[in-house]
Amino acid sequence: MSTDKNIVSVLPGSPLGAGGLRQEFTITVYTENQVGLLNRIAIIFSRRKLNIESLNTSPSEIESISRFTIVLTETEDVIRKVARQLEKQVEVLKVYYNTNEEIIWQEMALYKVSTDMIAEKVKVERLLRECGANAVVIRKDYTVFEVTGHREETQKLVDVLEPYGLIEFVRSARIAIIKDSCGFHEKLKEFEETQPGEEIVENEYLNRQEEVFSM
Amino acid sequence: MGAWGLFGMINSILDVEEQIVVKAKVKPLVPAVEDGRLSGSRAVLEAFLAEDVDTIFGYPGGAIMPIYDALYDYNDRLKHILVRHEQGAIHAAQGYARASGRVGVVFATSGPGATNLVTGLADAMIDSTPLVCITGQVFAHLLGTDAFQEVDVVNITTPVTKWNYQVTDANEIPGVLAKAFHIAKTGRPGPVLIDITKNAQIDKFDYKGYERCNHIRSYRPKPIVRREYIEEAAKIINAAKKPFVIFGQGIILGKAEKEFKAFIEKSGIPAAWTILGLSALPTDHPQNMGMLGMHGNYAPNVCTNDCDVLIAIGMRFDDRVTGRLDKYAKQAQIIHLDIDPSEIDKNVKATVGVWGDCKETLPLLTQLVEAKLYPTWVEKFRELRKIEDESLINKELSPTEGKITMGEVLHQLNLLTGGDAILVSDVGQHQMITCRYGKFTQSKSNITSGGAGTMGFALPAAIGAKFGAEERTVVAIIGDGGIQMTIQELGTIMQTGVEVKIIILNNEFLGMVRQWQQLFHDKRYSFVDIASPDYVTVAKGYYIEGNKISEREYLQQALQTMLSHKGSYLLEVMVGQEDNVFPMVPQGCSVSEIRLS
Ligand SMILES: Cc1ncc(C[n+]2csc(CCOP(=O)(O)OP(=O)(O)O)c2C)c(N)n1
Repeated sequence: MSTDKNIVSVLPGSPLGAGGLRQEFTITVYTENQVGLLNRIAIIFSRRKLNIESLNTSPSEIESISRFTIVLTETEDVIRKVARQLEKQVEVLKVYYNTNEEIIWQEMALYKVSTDMIAEKVKVERLLRECGANAVVIRKDYTVFEVTGHREETQKLVDVLEPYGLIEFVRSARIAIIKDSCGFHEKLKEFEETQPGEEIVENEYLNRQEEVFSM
Repeated sequence: MGAWGLFGMINSILDVEEQIVVKAKVKPLVPAVEDGRLSGSRAVLEAFLAEDVDTIFGYPGGAIMPIYDALYDYNDRLKHILVRHEQGAIHAAQGYARASGRVGVVFATSGPGATNLVTGLADAMIDSTPLVCITGQVFAHLLGTDAFQEVDVVNITTPVTKWNYQVTDANEIPGVLAKAFHIAKTGRPGPVLIDITKNAQIDKFDYKGYERCNHIRSYRPKPIVRREYIEEAAKIINAAKKPFVIFGQGIILGKAEKEFKAFIEKSGIPAAWTILGLSALPTDHPQNMGMLGMHGNYAPNVCTNDCDVLIAIGMRFDDRVTGRLDKYAKQAQIIHLDIDPSEIDKNVKATVGVWGDCKETLPLLTQLVEAKLYPTWVEKFRELRKIEDESLINKELSPTEGKITMGEVLHQLNLLTGGDAILVSDVGQHQMITCRYGKFTQSKSNITSGGAGTMGFALPAAIGAKFGAEERTVVAIIGDGGIQMTIQELGTIMQTGVEVKIIILNNEFLGMVRQWQQLFHDKRYSFVDIASPDYVTVAKGYYIEGNKISEREYLQQALQTMLSHKGSYLLEVMVGQEDNVFPMVPQGCSVSEIRLS
C-alpha cells in the first residue's frame, strides 16, 4: 500500500488508536440487500465520530448483492478497525479498503446555468469544452452540463462557472473499482459453501502484520 | 392465567416433592398444525420448541397479544415467567443464559415494552450474551403513522443488537427465527431482536415445518484455525521466562474450561481473570492468581507490567482491565486468542493474533507448548499476594472490630456454600468485593454486569439464573442502591416461587460513587446518601422471608438460616458506611501503579 501521495496531516492520536498519517481511503463493502443495513453501517462511523465524505450504494456485479462505496480521510489504523467492525455485521460479506492509487474512481457533477449567458459569452463555451462538460439538457431558460471525473475536475468547472452565475450544482458520491480485484463471483461461491475455504477466512490483518501501527 | 402462573402462586405452600408432581401433571398436547396452516404466533412458539427453548421471560401488551394468546395453548411445554418490568425480563433472560449456557428468550410488547428492553440489550451486547427477544409491533399498514404504542424499535436497537429484523409477513417467521437463534448463539454470541407486526402474528400461512439454520452466507461465526499462528504463538511461549495468561469470558462462552485447564496445567503458566472470566477456572486452582483490573488483585496487575509474554484468551482488553493503555504491558510480547477478529489489535496490539474458537485453538496450542514450571516467576506472584493479604485482605475478610465488612460476608458465605453457589452481583463496591472474594468451584457461576455496569441487574438476573440452573443455589448480592432499581422483581419471585437468596449489603450510600467522591473529589458527597426502606418488611409484603443484621456475632448464623431456608430469602446486612474497595488502579494510571490503600 503506497502512502506517499495523499498525506493530509498527522493526527496526534485519536481515541481509536495510534497516531499516523491521515489520507483518503475508499472502503468497498459487499452486502446482502437488506432494509436497515444502511443504518447499521452508518452508525459504525457516527459512533466513532468519523465523518463520511461520500457514500454510495449500488448494485454489484452480482444480483442480490449490494456494494457500498464509502470515502473518508483517516489513518490506516482507524480505517482497519472500522473495516473489521463493518465486516462483523451479519449481512456484510466482505470489506476492502484502498488508497486512491489502488482504485479507479469517478464522481459525477451536474451544473445548471442560464442558457442566455452561455450564448452571450463565447469564452464560456470554450471553457466548458476544456473541462469535458457535456450538455445534458438545453432549454431556453437554462442548460444543464455534466462532468465526470476526479474531484479536481468537477471542481474546476464550478470555479469556471461561478463568475457567470451558477444556478445549481450537485456532485455525486464516489464510485470506485479496485484495480487488483477479480470481482466477487468466485468469492461468493465460497461464501455459499457451508465449510469455508482458506480464502474466505483469510486472516488479512494478520497477514498485514508488518504494516500494522502499534498503539 | 396459565398453569405455570398458578403453580407459582401455590408454590410457597407446597414442599419440593409436591412441586414436581404439579409440574408433571399438566400435559395436554396441542396439535402443531391444522390443515397445514399456522398463525405467525404459533410459528414463533413452534420455533421455540424446535430450538429447545423451555423458558420465556416476558410481559404482555396490545401488540403482542396474538402471541400471548397462542402461548395459552403451549403453556405445558413452554414456561413463561411473568416479570414486573421488561427490564426485569431481559436481565432474567441474561441470567438464564449465563447460568445455563443456552439462549435466553424474551417477550415484550411494542412501544414502551420494547424500549424497556434497551438497557438489557446494551448489557447483553457488551457482555456477549445470547438472547432472542421478540417484540410486538403495530400492524404493518400503520408503520410510520405514529400509531398507538408505535416505536421504531429496529432503529433504536440497531447499535445494541448483534442482529435485528422486522417481520411484517407471517411467512417469514420460521426462517427469521431460525436465523435469530443461529446468530445469537454462534461465533461471539449476542442479543438478537425480532420485531413482529401484529398482522404477521395473526395471519395464517402454509407452514412447511421448522428448519434450524446452520449457515448464512454473509456470516462467518468462526474461522478455520490457521496453524501457523498457533505455531508462532507456541514458539514465543516456549521461549518465555515470565509468561502470564489472562483470560476472559471467551473460555466460558466457548465451553472450553477443560481445554483451558489442560493448557495452563501443561504449560505451568500463572493465570488471572477478568470479572467475566471468573469461575472458568476454580478459584482455588494453584495457578489461579486472581483478578485483573481496577479493583483486581495486586500481583496480577503488577505482574502484567513485568511478564515477558502475555497470553490473552477470550478477553477484550477493556479499559477497566488495562488501566492506562500506553503503559500497559509494553515490555511484553502479546499473544491474543479471540473468536472476534475485530478484537485483535483493537486496544492492544498483538505480536501474534490467533483468530478462532478457543475450544479449537487451545488444544492445538497445548500440544505445542512444552511442559514447564516457572518457580521463581510464580514465587513473585505469591510474594505480592502476601503483601496484599497482610495489608488488606486479612483485615477485610476477618475483622475483629468495627462494622461488618462486605468481604467478611463473602468469606462466611464461601465457608457455607463451599464455593458451589452461583453468585449474581449487582454493580458497585459489593460487586467488586463479590468478584474479589467469591469462591467458585464450577464454571458459569459468577454472573454480573461487566461491560455495561448496569445497576439493577442482579435481582432479575438471579431469578433467571435459578431457572437456568435449577439444581444450583443462587445467591444475589446487591447494594442498597441497586436493589431499589429493580426491587419490583420481588413480585416475580413471589408469583413463581423461584428460590433466590438475596443479600443486601447496605452501606447507606451509593458506595462506589461515594468512594470516588472521597478519593478524587475532596470528599464532597454529592447525592450519594441514599435512603432505604425497611427491606425485610418490603420482602414480607411479597411473602418472602427475611432478616436484618448489623452485628458480627450474628452473621454466620444469619447466612446459614438464609441458605437452609426452603424458598427465597432476603438478608440485609448493615456494613461499614465508608469502607472502600482496595486495591485500586486510579483512572489514568498504569496497572502497576495499583494502590493498596
Ligand atoms: C443504572 C446505573 N446508574 C448509575 C450507575 C453508576 N453507579 C455505579 S456504582 C453506583 C453506586 C452503587 O451503589 P450501591 O448499589 O449501594 O452499591 P455499593 O457501591 O454501595 O456497593 C452507581 C450509582 C450505574 N452503574 N448504573
